Amino acid sequence: MTDSLVEQVLAGQLRAVARAISLVENDRAEAQGVLSILHSHTGRAHIVGVTGPPGSGKSSLVNALALHYRRGTDLVPPKTVAIIAIDPTSPFSGGAILGDRIRMRDLAGDRGIFIRSMASRGNLGGLAWATADAVKVLDAAGYDLVFVETVGAGQAEVDIARTAHTTVVVEVPGLGDDIQAIKAGILEIADVFAVNKADLEGADHAVTALRMMLDLNAGGGHTVMHHGRLIEMVQGVGEQRRRGAEEPAGGAAGEKWRPPIVKTVATRREGIAELAEAILAHCSHLEHSGSLSWRARARAAAELETIIQQESLRGVLARTDRSWLAALIDQIVRRELDPYTASKLLLNR
Amino acid sequence: MMDKRIRVLVAKPGLDGHDRGAKVIARALRDAGMEVIYTGIRQTPEMIAEAALQEDVDVVGMSILSGAHMALFPRVMELLRQNGMDDVLVVTGGIIPDEDVPGLHEMGIQGVFGPGTPTGEIVRFIREHTQ
Repeated sequence: MTDSLVEQVLAGQLRAVARAISLVENDRAEAQGVLSILHSHTGRAHIVGVTGPPGSGKSSLVNALALHYRRGTDLVPPKTVAIIAIDPTSPFSGGAILGDRIRMRDLAGDRGIFIRSMASRGNLGGLAWATADAVKVLDAAGYDLVFVETVGAGQAEVDIARTAHTTVVVEVPGLGDDIQAIKAGILEIADVFAVNKADLEGADHAVTALRMMLDLNAGGGHTVMHHGRLIEMVQGVGEQRRRGAEEPAGGAAGEKWRPPIVKTVATRREGIAELAEAILAHCSHLEHSGSLSWRARARAAAELETIIQQESLRGVLARTDRSWLAALIDQIVRRELDPYTASKLLLNR
Repeated sequence: MMDKRIRVLVAKPGLDGHDRGAKVIARALRDAGMEVIYTGIRQTPEMIAEAALQEDVDVVGMSILSGAHMALFPRVMELLRQNGMDDVLVVTGGIIPDEDVPGLHEMGIQGVFGPGTPTGEIVRFIREHTQ
């Protein structure tokens, strides 16, 4: 079953790709088997994250970008495109309404496009916990570009920077004052900015505010700050940093990447070619500067750490007597035992 | 720690633009803990089958008020079969005359829910038929 599913995924068979993503989402025992075989076939796709506030036009932008890349230009041949669009899960019912396809109807009927809606299932940070593995399935299936559109919940939605090669942060005019632009969080992870709905009043002001923020960053060595943050967000990579594996601040030529700001009107396809170009430019910057392999390593380290955490938890729970565990918890509540000692007791059994 | 959720595609085939009913159903299914992929109005049978395939849904629900169900649904069912999705539960609702119901059942559309159906009934039907 696993072997034939893997073969069909590698052959790009749509039903198999869809079922493999479900497998990954539902954490059936099979998913690990499938992913471990698929792993050697991944690493070819360019992964583009799209994040920004709700209603900023993320789905419409992805729709327009996908159309653009499918068509290709004189310089860039057409690419196949996969899209993972994430919407929030209700904390009360566990259900979700996934509505991103509504904005992507132009993409229907194209065999070179695969769209998958995904519920966040309680995960914070803008992604579902299965998103990274679903990206692997699509990568292995041979899609050239994989877009990941985040939930769009807010300023702390930074997980996407761990998964994507290029992160596009979508802003819209009139959202806030200049101070919003210098806050930490979502703006720091941008590789490319899109100021969407640029036909609305205040678009130029939004661009100016972002430009000022970037100027401030440039003074302090933007790339180091930017990726210094990133390192802290990636668990376990701090270890790597201590060993001196610092992300290169620029290429051999020492050039730094300054996130371009592109004005767009997604629904009228304005600015889309420029945005598409900026995304590809960032991709080639990553390749030339050595950041790509650095980031791949950071991602692998973080992923390995997550898997070790999950597996050791599973192992501990599997060999722990339920009633003993309950008794330990009771003792912690009664302040007779502290959780640190309790976890040592569990781990050393 | 992780579990399977029932995934439902809610689509409006045909040319009528009244999606209030579809939205009420989508919300009810969400509140019942299902993941609802809402695709909006004016969906062709091809769009519905393609979305069902990519989203790997357990259920396809179609809301239709235009009277075109006997023309559009056979095509949807045929495309689902072509995609190897014969096992998907297909249900419908909207304005469907009683005399069409046996024909729809014959096509493989298992649930037909007219106006006034309590949403709880639809939730129950989906749960029972996706086990």
